[in-house]
Amino acid sequence: MALFSANDISISFGGLKALNRINFEVQNGEIFGIIGPNGAGKTTIFNCINRFYDLDEGAFFLEGRDISKVKAHRIADMGIARTFQNIELFKNMTVLDNLILGRHRKRRSNILTEMIFLKPVQRQEIRSREKAEEVIDFLNLEAYREQLVANLPYGVQKTVELGRALAMDPKLLLLDEPTSGLNMEESEDLSFWLSDIKEELGITVLMVEHNMRFVKQTTDHLLAIDFGEVVAQGKTQTVLNDPEVMKAYLGEENART
Amino acid sequence: MRFLMKTDYYEDIRLFKYGSTIFWYLTLVVGCVALPLVLDEYLLSQCTFICMYAVAAVGLMLLTGYTGQVSMGHAAFFAIGSYTSAILTAKGVPFLIALPAAGVMAAIVGVVVGRPILHLTGLYLAIATMGFAFIIDEVLVRWEGLTHGNMGFIVEPASIGPFMLDTEIRFFYLSLIVLILTLFAARNILRSPTGRAMIAIRDSEVAAEAMGINLAKFKTLAFAISAFFTGIAGSLYAHKIFFINPESYTIMLSVELLAIVIIGGLGSLHGTVFGSIFYISLPQLIIMSKDYLPAFVQNQTGLQPALFGLLIVLVMLFEPMGIYGRWLKIKFYFEMFPLYKKDSFKREKKYQKAERR
Repeated sequence: MALFSANDISISFGGLKALNRINFEVQNGEIFGIIGPNGAGKTTIFNCINRFYDLDEGAFFLEGRDISKVKAHRIADMGIARTFQNIELFKNMTVLDNLILGRHRKRRSNILTEMIFLKPVQRQEIRSREKAEEVIDFLNLEAYREQLVANLPYGVQKTVELGRALAMDPKLLLLDEPTSGLNMEESEDLSFWLSDIKEELGITVLMVEHNMRFVKQTTDHLLAIDFGEVVAQGKTQTVLNDPEVMKAYLGEENART
Repeated sequence: MRFLMKTDYYEDIRLFKYGSTIFWYLTLVVGCVALPLVLDEYLLSQCTFICMYAVAAVGLMLLTGYTGQVSMGHAAFFAIGSYTSAILTAKGVPFLIALPAAGVMAAIVGVVVGRPILHLTGLYLAIATMGFAFIIDEVLVRWEGLTHGNMGFIVEPASIGPFMLDTEIRFFYLSLIVLILTLFAARNILRSPTGRAMIAIRDSEVAAEAMGINLAKFKTLAFAISAFFTGIAGSLYAHKIFFINPESYTIMLSVELLAIVIIGGLGSLHGTVFGSIFYISLPQLIIMSKDYLPAFVQNQTGLQPALFGLLIVLVMLFEPMGIYGRWLKIKFYFEMFPLYKKDSFKREKKYQKAERR
């Protein structure tokens, strides 16, 4: 059974059908990419998964469970972590604190025990730090541990955001344009990390991406959408060579030549 | 300059980063304890007010400075704390129970109020909380059976068992202890998941929700904690001045509390104390310095409020991060001595503006 699937999902804003009956399945342990021109509805899919928008029709299933009706914050509890297209970090916190926030869903303490910082709270804090250190080690963030996120360069902020998502110990990782704003070298690093995330951590990745080179390098399966409709779906190589996909990207005339 | 080599995780979560910090805080506490030796009764009572306002400011700081929710209704929580404590002690409940009960009562009201309006943000929330404060004010005036309305309420002096807290010195110590406990509790909240969740909500609600933070729950919680501390301060206030009536809890008090946390520096617990000291002691200092001014200035009416207002404007102009911001810079200067560069703080700001987006 697929780890994650979308069944006939549709959503419209006013008269605009942003997504129209889209189906796809993400298998456990793969990297699944969603591509499409600007405004195709890629990020909308993510925002629907995160329950920032309500679906008009259809449903998402995580391990066979319908997750399209639960409260927004429950999505993270179920093991879905995400990053954002325009970085959404907690800017006035240190890198370490941002990563520890990823552990929020694992907390067992309540406000009263926290007020006096009892031993269990201390142990929990230490466990969170251990996990955060693992992530820091994994993404080579040692140099930035105690720095405020607001003072870091863009590329590092992107990495911190990925780290924050990893600290959540997710089953499914949603990456919204992970390479946007990164230079070549940073993109290379990212593609290595992605394969480590897949191979070593065993986390399934669902990714929206524009950079075709990067998509070709990293993803196993692809879904191509345009104007909220599925254009093509399947193995990365097949989809990238699909004439319909080329048409969506390059326009009718250019695709023919 | 100091470098800290941490060798285990516990060092990362302890209350004070350096051993020397503990020493300085202890010195500060000892200094405060010794205050009654050097100050007369009047000045000591001003110090009590500083402690009291600082406790209330911690409450507002957690909500406004850390959770990013502006409240213009904290006078209401202050009032609820005062009246709860006054009514309970009048009914014979010991002060040691009435004090936390005042906080709990304010927290309960905070939840009831916070819940429906917490999806509002910024100025809209400020206005909504202000409306709430008007309602509470009206209730205090009209519910004469309980509050004696505009006639006012005579408050029993505080006592712990047979030990009366009716002298200036004793009450100052009580306020100081409550302030220290409040700061300790607030510090603990801030280094725990709840505190981090609050700051996360301030910095990015979208990301906070995607991290699994229940926005409704934690905003309500922030409101409750905030109201709790402000209620405690209200209780202290009632037992300090022995007579309360609704006129003590006008919108002006809400604005004062907001001014204290902003002048002190949003997003810092130090700021609550700095702000309170600034707000309470400055008018006193102005009055005291009046004697040394030339006669034509001395006789000018309205000098004190005008000068006070001017100083607030100056602080905001030159230190937008509040007094705590200045404190950080001074501390940094000594830590880096003699390598301090004025631009150390400026540069951060420039980077922020040059952000790629």
